[in-house]
Formats: sequence, C-alpha cells, structure tokens
Amino acid sequence: MLSKTQYLELDKRIAPKSKEGQTLWIAFLVGGAICMIGQGISDVFSLILPNADEKVIGQITSTVMIFLGALLTGIGVYDRIGKYAGGGSIIPITGFANSVVSPAMEYRSEGVVFGVMCKMFVIAGPIIVSGVTAAIGVGLIYWFIGVL
Amino acid sequence: MVLTYLKVFAVGGALCMIGQLLINLTKMTSAKILVAFLLLGVLLEALGLFDAIKSFSQAGITIPITGFGSTLTKGAIEGVKEDGILGALTGGMKAAAAGLSSAIFFGFVISLICKSKTKV
Repeated sequence: MLSKTQYLELDKRIAPKSKEGQTLWIAFLVGGAICMIGQGISDVFSLILPNADEKVIGQITSTVMIFLGALLTGIGVYDRIGKYAGGGSIIPITGFANSVVSPAMEYRSEGVVFGVMCKMFVIAGPIIVSGVTAAIGVGLIYWFIGVL
Repeated sequence: MVLTYLKVFAVGGALCMIGQLLINLTKMTSAKILVAFLLLGVLLEALGLFDAIKSFSQAGITIPITGFGSTLTKGAIEGVKEDGILGALTGGMKAAAAGLSSAIFFGFVISLICKSKTKV
C-alpha cells in the first residue's frame, strides 16, 4: 500500500515527462495562427461588404470560424491539431465549435435525440450558462447604476 | 497591415499560451479554461477595457472566447440603454445570436453527417 506522497513521487518518476515549455510555444503559435485566420476572414468580408457595420462583420467572422471549427472537427482534423496545440486550439472560438461537435459525434450511436442533441452541450453548456448569467448580471448592475 | 497581423498573432497567441500554462499547472479541463477566459472577456467589457485592447489587437482578442464574453456583455449593456431592465435579459443573447445559433446549427448538421473516428 502506497501513501499519497509516495504515490505522487512514483507518478512523477514513471509518468512520461510532458515537455511543458514546448507545449506553451505550440499553443502560442497555433492560437496566434487561428486568430490571424480570423483577422483575414474579417478583412476579406470588410472588402466585400464595404458598407457593413463593424458588428455585422464580427458576426459573419464568428459564424465562419465556428463553421470551420465544426467542419474540421467533423472530418477529424481539429482533434489531431488539438493533441499538440492544447490551449492553442481550445481558446479560440473554433475550440468552442469543437467542444460542441466532439461530444455530439462521440455519442451519435446513442441516437439523434439522446445522443447528438443531448450531448452537444456537455462541454459547451457551462460556457453558455456562465457567459449569459454574467452578462445579465453586468446588465443589471449597469441598469441599477443608471437608476440611481 | 503586416503590423496588424503581427499584433493579432502576438495577442491571440499570448492568450492561448496563458491557457496552456493553466492546463500545465492546474490540470484544468478545457471546459473550465473556456469558462475562465469567457469570464475574463465579460470582466474586461464590463470595466470598459475591452474596446481599447480590441483597437490594438483586433482579432487577437475577439477570436479567442474572450470575444464571446465581450459580445454578450456589450449586448446586455446596450440592451439596458435601449429597453431598460428588460434589455439586460434580451441584449446579450441578441448580440451573441450569430455565434450561438451557428454553433447549434453547424454542430448538429455536422454531427449527423460525419462519423466519429475511433480515438487515436
């Protein structure tokens, strides 16, 4: 029987060393590259639609990025990138799309309703709940300050 | 032009690097990392700092999930300006509708079309 500290020591010795410094740089490069793609999409649509509002361009850009993230997850490319890129593929909005599609595909065999529809937001659910709640909170505070 | 892209790369990359650092140090799961960065975006927007960072680094701060938090919050604040307290409820979702709807729609369609590969 191992004590907890003994176990942790053993784990440290046996577990393969993840090259932590390297993972940081890969995350930096991949994340930066994804953001540059997003900037590119936004610039292209600003050229195509010169009169469009900045807000509309932003909405188009996130829609395209989410589509790309979902598609790349669907054909199995995104998870392959994610194995190396870690934070670099999680934090951009494409990672949000990945977190929706990935569990949905994984549970596809449990059926369309109980597999795909139920499991779609297993990972992304907390993001929506926390984001919407926090935004409403900020809005209420803003309203309250205005009333005073 | 080139400078803009460099700034986008540097800021976006730095955010992802911080995320990776959190993963390395705390073994946080991706859902928690995403929530943390989303709330960072909400906070920056609420304090009015987001626009300043955005004018410097553009997609570097809007493409990471911080941009989603900012969109929700900005929508809620603008909603309050237009519709009063009801706007605090409706504004955020309205502003983020494009992202949310496309995630649901594309996510659902692609999950139906594509077959899950066995995990390598």
